[in-house]
Amino acid sequence: MSAEIIQSRREWLLSDRPASRLQARLGRAYVAWRRFSANRLALVGMLIIIALLVVAAFADVLAPYSPTIGDLKNARLLPPGAAHWFGTDDLGRDIYSRIVYGARWTLYVVILVAVIAAPIGLLVGTVAGYASGWTDTILMRITDIFLAFPKLVLALAFVAALGPGIENAVLAIAITSWPPYARIARAETLTVRNSDYIKAVQLMGASPFRIVLRHIMPLCISSLIIRVTLDMAGIILTAAGLGFLGLGAQPPLPEWGAMIASGRRFILDQWWVAAAPGAAILIVSLGFNLLGDGLRDALDPRSGDQ
Amino acid sequence: MSGDTLLDVDDLRVTFPTRTGLVQAVRGVSFSLGRERLGIVGESGSGKSQTGRAIMGLTPPQAEVSAKKLAFDGIDLLSISPRERRALRGNRIAMILQDPKYSLDPVMTIGRQIVETLRTHEKVSKAEARERALAMLQAVQIRDPARVFDLYPHEVSGGMGQRAMIAMMLVTGPELMIADEPTSALDVTVQLDVLKILDKLVAERGMGLIFISHDLRLVSSFCDRVVVMYAGKVVEQIKASELRDAQHPYTRGLLNCMPRIGFERHPLPVLDRKPEWAA
Amino acid sequence: MTAAITLEGLEVVFDRFRALKGVSLEVREGESYGLVGESGSGKSTLLRAITGLAPVASGKITVNGKTLGKTRDKAFYREVQMVFQDPYGSLHPRQTVDRLLQEPLAIHGIADGEKRIQRALDEVGLGIGFRFRYAHQLSGGQRQRVAIARALILEPSVLLLDEPTSALDASVQAEVLNLLEEVRRRRKLTFLMVSHDLAIVTHMCERLMVMQNGEAVETLTASQLIGHRVSEDYTRNLLRASEGFVRTA
Repeated sequence: MSAEIIQSRREWLLSDRPASRLQARLGRAYVAWRRFSANRLALVGMLIIIALLVVAAFADVLAPYSPTIGDLKNARLLPPGAAHWFGTDDLGRDIYSRIVYGARWTLYVVILVAVIAAPIGLLVGTVAGYASGWTDTILMRITDIFLAFPKLVLALAFVAALGPGIENAVLAIAITSWPPYARIARAETLTVRNSDYIKAVQLMGASPFRIVLRHIMPLCISSLIIRVTLDMAGIILTAAGLGFLGLGAQPPLPEWGAMIASGRRFILDQWWVAAAPGAAILIVSLGFNLLGDGLRDALDPRSGDQ
Repeated sequence: MSGDTLLDVDDLRVTFPTRTGLVQAVRGVSFSLGRERLGIVGESGSGKSQTGRAIMGLTPPQAEVSAKKLAFDGIDLLSISPRERRALRGNRIAMILQDPKYSLDPVMTIGRQIVETLRTHEKVSKAEARERALAMLQAVQIRDPARVFDLYPHEVSGGMGQRAMIAMMLVTGPELMIADEPTSALDVTVQLDVLKILDKLVAERGMGLIFISHDLRLVSSFCDRVVVMYAGKVVEQIKASELRDAQHPYTRGLLNCMPRIGFERHPLPVLDRKPEWAA
Repeated sequence: MTAAITLEGLEVVFDRFRALKGVSLEVREGESYGLVGESGSGKSTLLRAITGLAPVASGKITVNGKTLGKTRDKAFYREVQMVFQDPYGSLHPRQTVDRLLQEPLAIHGIADGEKRIQRALDEVGLGIGFRFRYAHQLSGGQRQRVAIARALILEPSVLLLDEPTSALDASVQAEVLNLLEEVRRRRKLTFLMVSHDLAIVTHMCERLMVMQNGEAVETLTASQLIGHRVSEDYTRNLLRASEGFVRTA
């Protein structure tokens, strides 16, 4: 692409006289991207997450061996080497392939939890903040009840009730994750609910439903995205914890937490069985944290759109 | 009017770095001040507040302040150390800001703030500091100074808060006072009271005063001379009494565009901004 | 002439604070009526009470012949609209001008939005380049113009104005005041305008009411005020304060 085309595209995006809704939105996104990409660590975080997505998408191509079937006779507990980059586990399965396929399960957990917990939190928080009065009190006390329990303990209780398995683990984690989002959404709602622009829309005859959905929720989304991204590391660790306790992913699923659990027995002599999935969790959690920090700097409404 | 020169400003420039490049808030402002009242008038973005802050040394650290000369009583403000600057600030040069809600410390009583200001710059005992603070509160016509001494800023009205701020700034007996929109946040009847107090104190103590405001008419009735700023530059320097004969079209436009009681014009004359004013 | 707005003994109480203490007034159709007072006078509360945003303890409000109850219906908002004081707070930070003007049309199910938005922007003197800007890309005066366009797009007959120019620079203020006058003349609107500035009120309004501490002090015409034919001391004080500072030292 020639320099002139890039320059004119850039001017189009940064134009102060956008000619269409699309141009205005893209322009705004471009400015946010510039702010985000100026932060090198944020870019590192983003690259890690992109790598995670690529690995998960192309697992079939990237994994040389099967993640579930191992060579019990010849390949038990082999150290990292040319044939098996991360070594093999106690069932002769290639750890590298298991980690590659495990990326899919990590994404499964993280995306499902975000998709379930965030909208619930957003809805509860905005409705409580806007309605105030009894609605607010009741919704917030329910939120407080959930917040009173330590997350892992509550997730454990749910999984114990629902039965072990990765789907139930996801559900349990989602149920324990929504309260902080409700708190954030409510705080943002309280900040804006008395502003003139909300009053102006009330004075047009908008229903409370419309005001919450179309005017207040968009203002909460930034804070929520940042918080969800920063929480993802914790979600992965909770899922890993549940897997470690045998209550999350069940064998033979190559979920990283379960892999650490089964590798626990060999940690002294065959350290790679637990270390490899541990490192994977570390890197991905770091990636989400860096991404979340970068998003906060780029999207924070308080820092303005200058 | 002016005997000795209190403040000498020559080609003052203040530049801020922003994400989209450098912004020149003040672009070559020059004026001098004796023991007189100078008004600096401009709209938002004219650079008037930044000029005041540069003189005080309160420009944000990321900005760059430069001048051919910026001298107070012969002292070069740009070359002295931060410590020496601090010794001047609040002691010989004072500043009052617009809204006492935001410029007074909300967690300290009014009296304590005045005492602290005094004891920062002079070695006085607590008792003497309290006496002087009470005397100062009296001087700004606060009727019950002992009671107000123990009140917090949120417990007093805007007008009283502003008077407390004036008391706090004058307690050390400064020679130069910079007032940045001191009455803009006040009701119009309260404005007059506060201005009367400022008027009396400045005259009594023979201080130099820089009155920064967007209100040209107010400034011209309060000050001896007026400096009009536009887009970071001085477009006119004129004696307040001769404002009607102002030369620059911006000054004339600014005078004319405001509605005046008893002088009906429909529609109001609108300022026709010429790009060469900002050149 | 019929009355556009009538208030009879309006009492507004917030918790235990009496913001309005039995205020009565009458605004004729097509008239421009001013409310003047200092902070705490209750003038903004009065506007809010008319729009249904303040708790009315007792008294009657009648707009265009209809007595208003505790809530307002959609039809009311097609007759009465408001322009707010702070241009930096009255526009949604995440919405383009186009979206801001779409919203009232969408709420009331009005079609041909494209034409109306175009016309609204033309009426307030904003060209086509402004339509897809966000609020933070507009100056104070431009924002206020958008706020006026938004208020007018539903074609109300009554416009409530809460200090519409006090947050603007002097030169911009003149432009916005001229715009408001022109709009009123063209659409034959009734204005109820709140201000602390006597000069603006005498410029824009025919009659005005002076308020203090939630009560009506005096009702007079602009020409009476200009001619200093006032009956109350408080009004006289306000007038004198508006005339500016006189040096004694």
